[in-house]
Amino acid sequence: MSGQLLDSQIGMSFQMSENQQMIADMIRKFGKDHILPKMMEWDESQEFPVEVFKKLGELGLMGVLVPTEYGGSGFSYTEYVTAITELGSICGSIALSMAAHNSLCTGHILAFGNEEQKKKYLPKLASAEWIGAWGLTEANTGSDAMRMKCVAKKEGDYWVLNGTKNWITHGITGNVAVVLARTGELLDSHGITAFIVERGTPGFKGGKKENKLGMRASETAELIFEDCKIHKSQVLGNIGDGFVQAMKVLDGGRISIAALSLGIAKGALNASIKYAKERQQFGQPIANFQAIAFKIADMATEYEAAELLTFQAADLKNKGKKMTKESAFAKYYASEVAVKVSTEAVQIFGGYGYTKDFPVEKFYRDSKLCTIGEGTSEIQKLVIARELLKD
Amino acid sequence: MSVLVYTEVSKGRVKKSSLECINYAANIAKQIGGSVTAIINNADASHCEEMGKAGATKILSVKNDSIKNDSMLITAMVEQAAKAEGSKVILFAFDVTGKAAAPRLSAKLNAGLVAGAIDFPVVNGSSFEVKKNVFSGKANATYVIHSDIKIISLLPNSFPVQLNGSAVAASDFNVDLSSVQSKIVVKEVKSNSGGGSIPLPEAELVVSAGRGLKGPENWKIVEDLATSLGATTACSRPVADMHWRPHHEHVGQTGVAIRPNLYIAIGISGAIQHLAGVNGSKTIVVINNDKEAPFFKSADYGIIGDAFTVLPKLTEAIKKFKSSQN
Amino acid sequence: MKILVAISNVPDTTTKIQFTDGDTKFNGQGVTYVINPYDEWYALVRALELKEANLAEKVTLIHVGLADSEATIRKGLSLGADDAVRINTDGPDAFFVAEQIANYAKANSYELVLVGKETINYNGSSVGAIIAGLLDQPFVSLATKLEVAGNKITAEHEIDGGAQVVECDLPLVISCAKGMAEQRIPNMRGIMAARTKPLQVVEASNNNSLTTIKSYALNPGRTTCKMISEDNVDELVSLLHTEAKVI
Repeated sequence: MSGQLLDSQIGMSFQMSENQQMIADMIRKFGKDHILPKMMEWDESQEFPVEVFKKLGELGLMGVLVPTEYGGSGFSYTEYVTAITELGSICGSIALSMAAHNSLCTGHILAFGNEEQKKKYLPKLASAEWIGAWGLTEANTGSDAMRMKCVAKKEGDYWVLNGTKNWITHGITGNVAVVLARTGELLDSHGITAFIVERGTPGFKGGKKENKLGMRASETAELIFEDCKIHKSQVLGNIGDGFVQAMKVLDGGRISIAALSLGIAKGALNASIKYAKERQQFGQPIANFQAIAFKIADMATEYEAAELLTFQAADLKNKGKKMTKESAFAKYYASEVAVKVSTEAVQIFGGYGYTKDFPVEKFYRDSKLCTIGEGTSEIQKLVIARELLKD
Repeated sequence: MSVLVYTEVSKGRVKKSSLECINYAANIAKQIGGSVTAIINNADASHCEEMGKAGATKILSVKNDSIKNDSMLITAMVEQAAKAEGSKVILFAFDVTGKAAAPRLSAKLNAGLVAGAIDFPVVNGSSFEVKKNVFSGKANATYVIHSDIKIISLLPNSFPVQLNGSAVAASDFNVDLSSVQSKIVVKEVKSNSGGGSIPLPEAELVVSAGRGLKGPENWKIVEDLATSLGATTACSRPVADMHWRPHHEHVGQTGVAIRPNLYIAIGISGAIQHLAGVNGSKTIVVINNDKEAPFFKSADYGIIGDAFTVLPKLTEAIKKFKSSQN
Repeated sequence: MKILVAISNVPDTTTKIQFTDGDTKFNGQGVTYVINPYDEWYALVRALELKEANLAEKVTLIHVGLADSEATIRKGLSLGADDAVRINTDGPDAFFVAEQIANYAKANSYELVLVGKETINYNGSSVGAIIAGLLDQPFVSLATKLEVAGNKITAEHEIDGGAQVVECDLPLVISCAKGMAEQRIPNMRGIMAARTKPLQVVEASNNNSLTTIKSYALNPGRTTCKMISEDNVDELVSLLHTEAKVI
């Protein structure tokens, strides 16, 4: 029996492994009972449902990639992609929160934390006892993080943080944040350092919560640091390594957003297929009309292509290989597919698609985050081009 | 050789499902050239008359109060009767008792069992071909019973009961249960409420309602319709789960599976799990205000409308029809 | 106390049923298989609850089927069963399956065997009672509640027209129905652990075939639903009388 091996370690497979199927099945059942009944309420009120998050933690979905010795589930990116996709096909917001928690905050500590930091934070994060945030972006420095204004100055055994981070998932609710701050010169790629900052540290608070187009049940807010003193033991890795670390974290983060995009596209596609078979016009199901059928064929084909790109990136990541370009392929393409598929879904649903009574309106709004968050499509193209054109 | 039928009494009368089994046994007896022996606990003259009319040619009356509801003892009783009668074919109803006793007897006698037969068997030399529903009513399968002794449990309401025979006197049958020490001790018996109507598995007419009724306080219109028809009431799973109605009324895959002649579903959308428990009904009427309710696709007659206006009208129409029939 | 939970591998409820080989075999192509819901939701989950309450020391799954059902067995392991046994044979009927399970239960001294009230593919409701018959053990049919105290169980189960509460000493066999427990979903750790829990494969103990299936046929579905105006309920009554002949 080859039961000890993960299917993802056996080699390339275009079929879902048994583990992936079980995970997808688990999330579908969970979503039906715990997400779908209240999803539109949360969306309407922009409520971040912490209790769902805690339940996802019980299921082991908040530390998918964290090894079991740190209280995680010990799976690979392959299973992680399946989990985010399946959750995203139910609710983009919850999947976004899950993705941010897993790949950014938890992922950063997992990849660059020392043993003590891993032992201290990973079990809490993997069980969702603590919710994680990750702060890189600022109001005026989105993609050009090297110009960040948030600074950390050394004072004895402490670093003193000042500045504000924006668009941070779990900025208010997060119990712990990994924050990137400038410890060197402006524009110096070795002038940035990563810190672990716990909620309750004097001088650290959440700020304004954004009122968003989509992903409304996922909390996006400011992190504000005012003379926030952080002990040097909270530095992740070496001083000055923060930017390089962040770029590596984002390589993985791109897989997350690609998976999230797949989820939204999958949800919109499945809803469209169901509706096209049920909705009668001119005495027959609208699926019988080529105008609709061809839309669905295009949506499905693009979905499948995006999925292949995403699993390719996941596979490289599992093998520890460089996947900057491949993760950018996946993130760029899958996010554009998510927007396109959900737009077409609204079109297939017609007037009903424009209402909140049917699911595609939400997929449409949620999808747009995917081409923006963790690097816009344009930035992805930049990353891809840079990789292809460098000497 | 006699075909043996396990027979039960409910509310003072031989159960309809038992009479169906006697009919069924008579059909087999005719095909194989045998007689029909019915075994029953505490038969009185009226029971014997009913059983005789259904086709029993011999009635074994057991007088033992300890037997009731204990499948171990029922199995032992039928096993001893089968030996005494030399029966090679044994019939049960596919009901609560039959589901526990028939398989146990099959283990005791190494006898092939078809559980839930829906049609008379085709006798083919020493083997029987028996049809039963599979895949929760979506299909049927023809089983071949190869064993020397054959046990069939019959799905209730599979065909109308014929009462063409004549009364038979019962003969006492002594069972020896000394070797069967049942270890099951009954601590408490709970009767289902609404004891006046026919139990769901045997009901020919069923009026069932779902979440569309909005609350348990609205069930009077459902009960009125059921009363006008002489039907038994049932409900969907959410209704039982919310405790609007008792659990024993829940029909569907996880509840009771039924196959009445008429099933009227009110305010039930028709989830596949619900259909699996009712799709054996001969005629299905669906009343729902949602024209997209999937149940309409599995119905014979449909009314799109609000239960609160349709039901009182339908009840009146039924009453009018009933009085015109008298 | 050790509990043996019998699980069956069945097509998901929503499966479109089709037959092949001249309508002599179920067409399993493209079909999603699941643990028979009654085995999973009621029998297995209750067994796990008993173990979690320290009233049982071990929960073993048993399945009679070929290797392609191992994915389904692992679903059961992912929910928390300790180990599993697969009897490597494809039996013709409930008797055959029950005999394999009874032989295993006896040889390995399981004190409690739990089964679901029926399978959703063959709907025979027979396996539990046959196991009990073969083991000469008591059988509680269609149980909706089960408590264990030491060597004694208390169960509530369906009887004709009601329910009854019974007590019985171990060993015994119980078929489990709605009310016994609530459906659970596995977690990631359970899914991971399922790959490494023991899944023993045992060859069939004998080959007793009392019945076989000769052929299958789909039951005709309802083709058209006759729609009646809500203002014309008299028409419905008349159709039920003259056309459907049910009143």
